[in-house]
Amino acid sequence: MDHATHAGHTPAAQGADAVGHDDAGQQHPLGIYFKIWALLFILSAMSYAVDYFGFQGLARWSLILIFMFLKAGLIVSVFMHMVWERLALIYAILLPPLALIVLVGLMSLEADYTHWTRILFYETPAAIEPVEHH
Amino acid sequence: MSQTTLTQNAHAATEPHSLDSLVSDWTTDQEVFKKVQWGKAMMWIFLLSDTFIFSCFLTSYMTVRASTMVAWPNPSEVFALTLFGQNIPLILIAIMTFVLISSSGTMALAVNFGYRRNRRATAALMLATALLGATFVGMQAFEWSKLISEGVRPWGNPWGAPQFGASFFMITGFHGLHVSIGVIYLTTIAIRVLNGVYDRNGKYEVVEIAGLYWHFVDLVWVFIFAFFYLW
Repeated sequence: MDHATHAGHTPAAQGADAVGHDDAGQQHPLGIYFKIWALLFILSAMSYAVDYFGFQGLARWSLILIFMFLKAGLIVSVFMHMVWERLALIYAILLPPLALIVLVGLMSLEADYTHWTRILFYETPAAIEPVEHH
Repeated sequence: MSQTTLTQNAHAATEPHSLDSLVSDWTTDQEVFKKVQWGKAMMWIFLLSDTFIFSCFLTSYMTVRASTMVAWPNPSEVFALTLFGQNIPLILIAIMTFVLISSSGTMALAVNFGYRRNRRATAALMLATALLGATFVGMQAFEWSKLISEGVRPWGNPWGAPQFGASFFMITGFHGLHVSIGVIYLTTIAIRVLNGVYDRNGKYEVVEIAGLYWHFVDLVWVFIFAFFYLW
């Protein structure tokens, strides 16, 4: 019903209304941006430290992923205002990328298969021994 | 036969699986994202599609890196710089990361000042963002020329798996293109802010929409930094 009463207005006027009053067009205290900014700096410094101090193996990969997801989450939720958006928009934008998990899963299986096929069929001493160090 | 077609056409708009209903549903004025400006919703949809493009690049990088039999060049050494007589690993990329995060910070502030109707502060912060973005592109140009002079090509490099160059140029090149377009985009909007265009039409959300694009560019870098440079 609310919808019907709005139908008479031009979309432009309606848009301007919404910005002016209702959701106040994403206006938030400045402090939160400075806090997130500082957090992003700290998290970036920590991910750089992972490389600088030469973490290897599982520790390296999990630390890289944790810092990456924390940074991405802070940027999307606060800088891009996603936490203050309506659920309809949040789901429309954040759910479709989950399909990428399938792509990554399939491609990692495929890569594994290619890798072992190469080992079986193109096996040469040069290829088996790493070029240098490690 | 033709009788049936006519009847179908008459009911087309109400028939939920007809082609006409598809067209009319998508072209009539309807709201899904309530109280979200149309431009903002569309920018989000564009960024969603861009997410898939970058994901395809990163996934193909994962595939070639996981399937190659030759050792992958160590990014920590490839992107090291000698500063003040010391060899510091990955330092250029770290600086680029901080530059881009800073630009995201100034952009977030610009959006905030935009909604406060502070014309000068908004334009100044947007121009600062564009300047930091241009700095980032400049450093990337330096990085590219350094690697090219060292013999990195899309088909090979002196240190290991030939796929390294292809992945590097595709991923960072596409991201750099996004940053460059962003610099132009932000500068354009900043000039319009300065000219008072949005004071007159009240559409300061244009600044927020430009901000979404810029934060997305920063977001993509977070993933490139983690997967290409740190992994």
